[in-house]
Order: sequence, then structure tokens, then C-alpha cells
Amino acid sequence: MGTVVAPPAGRVVHFLQRTMWSYSSSLWAYHRNAAGQLSSGNTTVRGTRLLAELCLPDFALLSNARMSRPMTVGKRPPILDRNLNKTRGSEVSLSAFAFLFSEMLQYSQKRVSGIQDLEKKRVCAGAALSDLGYRVGVRMLELILFRERNAKRETRVLGVLYFINTTVWKSLFGKPADSLEKGTDNDDEYMISDNDPLITKYISVPREMSSLNCGAFIAGIVEAVLDGCQFPARITAHSTGSEQFPSRTTILIKFDKSVMLREKALDAGR
Amino acid sequence: MSRPNLYFVIVGTRDNPLYEAEFGPIARGEVAKKDDLRHMNQFVVHAALDAVDELVWGTQAMYLKVVDRFNEWFVSAFVTPGGVRFMLLHDTPNTDGIRNFFLECYELYIKVLMNPFTEINAPIVSGAFDQRVRAHARKWL
Repeated sequence: MGTVVAPPAGRVVHFLQRTMWSYSSSLWAYHRNAAGQLSSGNTTVRGTRLLAELCLPDFALLSNARMSRPMTVGKRPPILDRNLNKTRGSEVSLSAFAFLFSEMLQYSQKRVSGIQDLEKKRVCAGAALSDLGYRVGVRMLELILFRERNAKRETRVLGVLYFINTTVWKSLFGKPADSLEKGTDNDDEYMISDNDPLITKYISVPREMSSLNCGAFIAGIVEAVLDGCQFPARITAHSTGSEQFPSRTTILIKFDKSVMLREKALDAGR
Repeated sequence: MSRPNLYFVIVGTRDNPLYEAEFGPIARGEVAKKDDLRHMNQFVVHAALDAVDELVWGTQAMYLKVVDRFNEWFVSAFVTPGGVRFMLLHDTPNTDGIRNFFLECYELYIKVLMNPFTEINAPIVSGAFDQRVRAHARKWL
């Protein structure tokens, strides 16, 4: 595999802390998979696929019935009985996440033909990084707003961008994104940048794949949030590393024409 | 006191129904005369989607209250941040009860969505979900 991941042991961050309910069952799946116990043809694919999906912030909600038995002590209640607001004690270590993410990359890489496909193209259902991110984003959007007091739907471009820049970023990565800018050339382009994305922290991209940016996963999340709020846009991730921040990633958002027209209409209506 | 007649449907982002249920006498077939009108429920609610699409841009609230009327029927709507619409057809106004019912359903919907096996915009076939929705309908409507 071209991607090298070297997670340090036991370093706990608040990654996804507000969205994760518990992670023991997925870790269990990971170790089981790593041990090669899921070896028969079909099961392996299923196992890896599972794993990729488990990386979703909601992975802990995986119903017990679908996997044989997770490591948790005692019986976990059915999904509809669990509390959506429970966030304490649901942090996962960055090393565990790095393992999962590397597994996701490998899963995707096996199923696509080139770097562009790996990042973006919807070649085979759900294999590209942005597709995986999309699955996360759809759920994040609903969950974040459910947990917020007096939540509001975003109806304006700036509102939704600010929401992504602060609220979404904070609940995913524990800090707001480092900048939110408007494109200088086009009115419909905006950029959200992160100086050191948590997702790519332990990923070093080999030279022959230098155009790959694993931020495509984040781009997928952003796309899902915008889609959910009904702001269709084309979203791409770009490496904009400098000497100071080598892994800086910029998410470029180009809104659909319909969005800009609607924005103008709303402005006129005020 | 007779229970009101109700028709509840969850509409996905592509205007596809994800879940539907009927409550009240109609659902139990007690109102034989009105039976032939049952198919109208879907028409009326579907027509109300247009009203919802316009209203969503005028407010940031999720609960849109009554969005449309058809003869003696009211259509109430609730829009989640992700663009999924909950529509309720009812024949007696009951703003607060419906608000609570929608909020409870919203929570249930998120819980179903949190299951990584749930595909986006796929119909919800869970029996447990159905039971819960019906329980909330009894409680609030």
C-alpha cells in the first residue's frame, strides 16, 4: 500500500467526541479483521467495507445483530433506545482513528483505477474517499443540529459556510477551521482551509501519488452538509502546504448557479 | 371523543417517500364511507410539498406549522436540516401537539439514520421505528 500510517500509541484526542457513542464494537471488528479471521472471500470484503463505514462518526451505533458479538460488557440497547445526546466517555484515540482511516484508504484504493477516482469519482458505489465522507456528513448535519439548543436551518450562503467553518469543524476536529475566504476571481467560489487537518496527520503520501489529497474525505463531508442544506456545489480538496504548514489543505467550494440565483432573489426580497 | 384522522409521511430529499402511516379511525377502517378517499391523502400531501419548497427559504425554523389546506384537511410540515420533510395530514388543528410529535419523530429518524447500514434516502422499514412513531402519535395527536 502506498500510504504509510504511523500512529503513536495511546494518544487520546477529542476526535469526533461529540458524535461518537462508543467505539468498542468497531475496534473489535478492526482487530478481528487485522488478525485475518475474516478471511473467506465474501466476508473479507464485507469486513473491510464495514470498517470503512465504521469510520463514520456514528459507527458505534452499529447494531449488535449485524455483527456477531462485540467486546462490550453487557448487552447494548437497540438503536432506538439509545440516547442521542450522550457524549461523555465516547472519545476515541487518534491512533485508533488513524488505523481505521488507513484501512479505508486501502479499501478505496483496491476499488478504483486512479488517484482522481480515489478522491472523487463515483465509480463504484461508495468507494471513493469523498463518498465515504458524504456518508459521514449527512449524519453529522442532522446530529449536530439536533444537539444544539434552538437549532436553525441555514438558508443563506454565508450562514451555511460559517456553520461549516465553526460548528461542523469543531464537532469533528475539536477546533474551527483556520480560514474561510471568498475566491478572488469568481463570486461563487469559497475556500475553507485547515492548517493541519486531523485526518491526514499521520499520512505521508508517496511521491508517485503526490497529487492525492486525503482531504477529499473532508470535502465529502462538506459536500453532504451543503447538499443537505440544499446548496448544491462542486467541492474539491487541494494541498496548499507552505513551509510553516506543510499539510495545509484547502477545500474549494464552487456553488451551483441555482444557488447564486436564489441568493440574489433572497437579497432582493429583504 | 373521537380520535382525529391522520396521515403521516416522511419524504426524502428526492421527493421520495421514506415512511408512511395512518392513524385514527381511517386507519382501522371504521369509517367505511371515507375509505374511498384514502388515496387522496397522498395527493394532498404531495401537492403540499410545493408549498413547503417555497416556505423553507422564508424561515429558519424547522417546524413550518400548517402549510396547506384542502377542504377540511390541514397539512403540517417539518423540515430537518438535511432536507428531509415530515408531512402530516390532519383534520383538527393542534399546533403544539403536532410540534411535539414531529420533534419525537425527528429524534427517531436521526437514530435510524445513525445506523451505518442505513442508506441515504432509503425507505425505513424498521418495525421498531413504526411502533415508536405510532406510540408518539397516540401520545401527542
